[in-house]
Amino acid sequence: MKTYYYPGCTLPDKARDFDTSARACCELLGLELEEMERWVCCGSAFKLDHKNIMQHLAPIRNLAEVHKEGGRLMTLCVFCYNSLKRANYAFLAEPDKHEVINDFIESDYDGKVPVVHLLEMLKDEVGFEALAEKVKRPLGGLRVAPFYGCLLLRPQEEIGFEDPENPTVMEKLFEALGAEVVSYPHRLECCGSYLSLKDRDHTTSMVTRVLESAVEAGANAIVTSCPMCNFNFEFFGGELVARDTIHTFYFTELLALALGADRKLCGLEQHETDVDRLIDEALAAPATAAAGSETAGSGTSGARASGDQAPDARNG
Amino acid sequence: MRRIGVFCCWCGSNIAGVLDLDLVLQEAGKLPGVVHAEYYKYFCSQPGQDMIEEAIRDNELDGVVIAACSPGMHEGTFRKAAERAGMNRFQLEIVNVREQCSWVHQLDKEAATEKAIRLIAAMVEKTKQNEPLTPGTAPVVQRALVIGAGISGMQAALDIADGGREVVLVEKEPSIGGHMAQLSETFPTLDCSQCIMTPRMVEVAQHENIRLMTYSNVEEVTGSVGNFHVKIRTKAAYVDRDTCTGCGLCIEKCPAKAPSEFSRGLETRKAIYVNSPQAVPNQPVIDAEHCMYLTDGKCGVCKKVCEIGAIDYEQTDRMEEIDVGAIVVATGYDLYEQENFPEFGGGEIPDVIDGLQFERLNSASGPTQGRILRPSDGEEPKQIVFIQCCGSRDPENGVAYCSRICCMYTGKQAMLYKHKVHDGQAYVFYMDIRAGGKGYEEFIQRGIEETNTIYFRGRVSRLYRENGKVMVSGVDTLSGETIEIPADMVVLATAILPSRGAAEVADKLNIPTSDSGFFAEAHVKLRPVETQRRGIFLAGCGQAPKDIPDSVAQAGCAASKALGLLASRTLTTEAQVAVVDEERCAACGMCVTACPYGSRTLDEERNVAEVDESLCEGCGACVAACLNKACELKNLTSRQISTMLGEL
Repeated sequence: MKTYYYPGCTLPDKARDFDTSARACCELLGLELEEMERWVCCGSAFKLDHKNIMQHLAPIRNLAEVHKEGGRLMTLCVFCYNSLKRANYAFLAEPDKHEVINDFIESDYDGKVPVVHLLEMLKDEVGFEALAEKVKRPLGGLRVAPFYGCLLLRPQEEIGFEDPENPTVMEKLFEALGAEVVSYPHRLECCGSYLSLKDRDHTTSMVTRVLESAVEAGANAIVTSCPMCNFNFEFFGGELVARDTIHTFYFTELLALALGADRKLCGLEQHETDVDRLIDEALAAPATAAAGSETAGSGTSGARASGDQAPDARNG
Repeated sequence: MRRIGVFCCWCGSNIAGVLDLDLVLQEAGKLPGVVHAEYYKYFCSQPGQDMIEEAIRDNELDGVVIAACSPGMHEGTFRKAAERAGMNRFQLEIVNVREQCSWVHQLDKEAATEKAIRLIAAMVEKTKQNEPLTPGTAPVVQRALVIGAGISGMQAALDIADGGREVVLVEKEPSIGGHMAQLSETFPTLDCSQCIMTPRMVEVAQHENIRLMTYSNVEEVTGSVGNFHVKIRTKAAYVDRDTCTGCGLCIEKCPAKAPSEFSRGLETRKAIYVNSPQAVPNQPVIDAEHCMYLTDGKCGVCKKVCEIGAIDYEQTDRMEEIDVGAIVVATGYDLYEQENFPEFGGGEIPDVIDGLQFERLNSASGPTQGRILRPSDGEEPKQIVFIQCCGSRDPENGVAYCSRICCMYTGKQAMLYKHKVHDGQAYVFYMDIRAGGKGYEEFIQRGIEETNTIYFRGRVSRLYRENGKVMVSGVDTLSGETIEIPADMVVLATAILPSRGAAEVADKLNIPTSDSGFFAEAHVKLRPVETQRRGIFLAGCGQAPKDIPDSVAQAGCAASKALGLLASRTLTTEAQVAVVDEERCAACGMCVTACPYGSRTLDEERNVAEVDESLCEGCGACVAACLNKACELKNLTSRQISTMLGEL
């Protein structure tokens, strides 16, 4: 099944780092992607009026577009992921409205286009053991605090990805990349989300709570899958960000780096903190996880091979 | 020609408020065979019953149809009245025009009336084909079985035994006492549970009419009321518990350890163990799973130290068959486990415990000898948070019902905590305080006032560990404030569930359970300790969550019902039983498999199926199963059913 990439509004602009690095990761992992030719807004936040499927027309229009080509939709931004997946779920639950909707958006959508997140593909299709073997630059000096936030996993019934109370996918991912994963209690909290537009003090206190807890647990990097979390952490992180105590990354930036992508393709450009210094230090340190260190010693074409020359990369 | 009388009950305004009873009477009077029709406000009352009797005599009625409430309610009442007037009781039938007409069709009086008229017409036709029946008699075995020896089972056993009948008391654990033996002090009087419990346990063990079978399970139950055949499996204890003196030397010397079930994992026990020093019986059993000798043949220390040679590694499970006349089911409860609450750490945070674990901590015979010390590091918790309704009243994530005892025991535990940790602070998160028992509300108020327990009305969203504390994130919905408490220990009032073996017991006894898995009583209000199966009674938390006073009261009630049954040497059996048309029967055996009461057998010689009328309950399963239509129920023949359908 062909995988169509849905970038959404933020990735081509405010979250370019996420987009660039994800494309590099997929290339190095041999995950074939094609950006959708035409896509519209994902609906941004999921409309809570489940029953009124007309509220979900924007995400369904995107899914209908993929349906025309016959394939599945992959996305990265958790707002898009949540909105598309839940609109799909709501659509399937209301079969009597399909005709009205299809007439309106001029399609023949059946509710069956799978919506996947890159993390799901890493977990279920690549597999973390196989991933560990592809690591060219183990992230030894990084102490990573995975942050899940609100939208990636909830509600479980509709998203059905991982247990929202005890997820492990990012932990396993970063262990495979040779980083040290820190355990801290606030990985499932709210980052403040759009409250940052209205109540900066409140957002600051919410962000600080998460970052302080991660730093307390020893983290020097917090990793997200959400442009909103990323933004809030970098802009409302106060002293912790100003003093480079903790850095915020999209998981794809570090994944691309570990897979040996060219540094320019790993994103790492839109950060408020001095990430370069941390990255240099991290790559110089020995890997912590067993899988990573093994790979470091047995790299087939040299551990420093850059991404676009890596033997397992499929270039078009 | 039959002479039928029709009696329509108003049931106050329950029926008369909806149905046009004048029209009903008028139409009923026109039915062929009906010679008398009348209505009255309450036919179940004494004057009402007198009217029926009088009408039967005056009009020489040979059949009666009563249009009233459910036959489950008053069939017996009216049939007795008919009998007093000299009529065979099975010539009286009930049409349920209350539940089936006036209650369900309140908004369409005309249709309800029309439906009632047709139902009456159908029943009149059935009654015309009724035969007079005579119930048989069967002997009653003068012995009762009580399943479960917690406080309810013990109470029921004692009451039956004191009433002069033999009791077999079966308990799956090595010793009796159930959950009550695990408790510290009990609300609302703060009696020490052990102090009020242990004398009872000794009484049970010593009572001449009680035969105690611990470490045993009911394997199979056949037969029916008055004569149940019960197979009981006594698990291999690997100890001859009859000769063992309970000296405890083997326990002292045993090198193998396992988590103690009695202390809910807060301490370890040996592989050869008793639940507590006060256990009754106090002879130990060997846990084969953890015993080093039984798992890999090395050790044998207990056998070496036992001076009287009571250890027997060759022992196997023993089976015994016992006949009893009545059964009391008192299988109790289990708790909803912490792993169901991932938001509260899913059982992974050591200082988050459940209510029963707190009882063990607070018990003088518990792992800390009654000192309140938190499990992670043995420190005394200075801030303690109690969370009520963990799983209860939460149909999405737990159970829909209220577990009834948690408000009270949480209030009690907060109070007892403060009695022991004077400089400590207790907080309680609650949804509502349900303190609806004698002296209960006063007890909760006393806790708030005397021990300064702070109650927050609201839920806790998360528990997590931070800096050695258990962080409690919750909300006080009365003030609208979010609350964060760095607690040293958290106690969850987890929901009460039917005990883990309850479904299996229900299956073996063939008694129904409700949606929530608790045993279903025959009538919620009027037959609260009976089950649908005659001769099987309920006591304690197996029926629904309840506290000690209610369990004891219900156990006494179940015992009196059992004694009532055992009071006579014989009992009348069901008269509306199945009959076999031997001409049509092919002896295929379908009815034998279908019968839930074991009343059907095949006569191999004559090649027909037979009915043991003393066991048949008239359920009709065989009628439905019979391929040749050779099977009929008396007074509910297929001819009667098709005539009834014709009238509808």
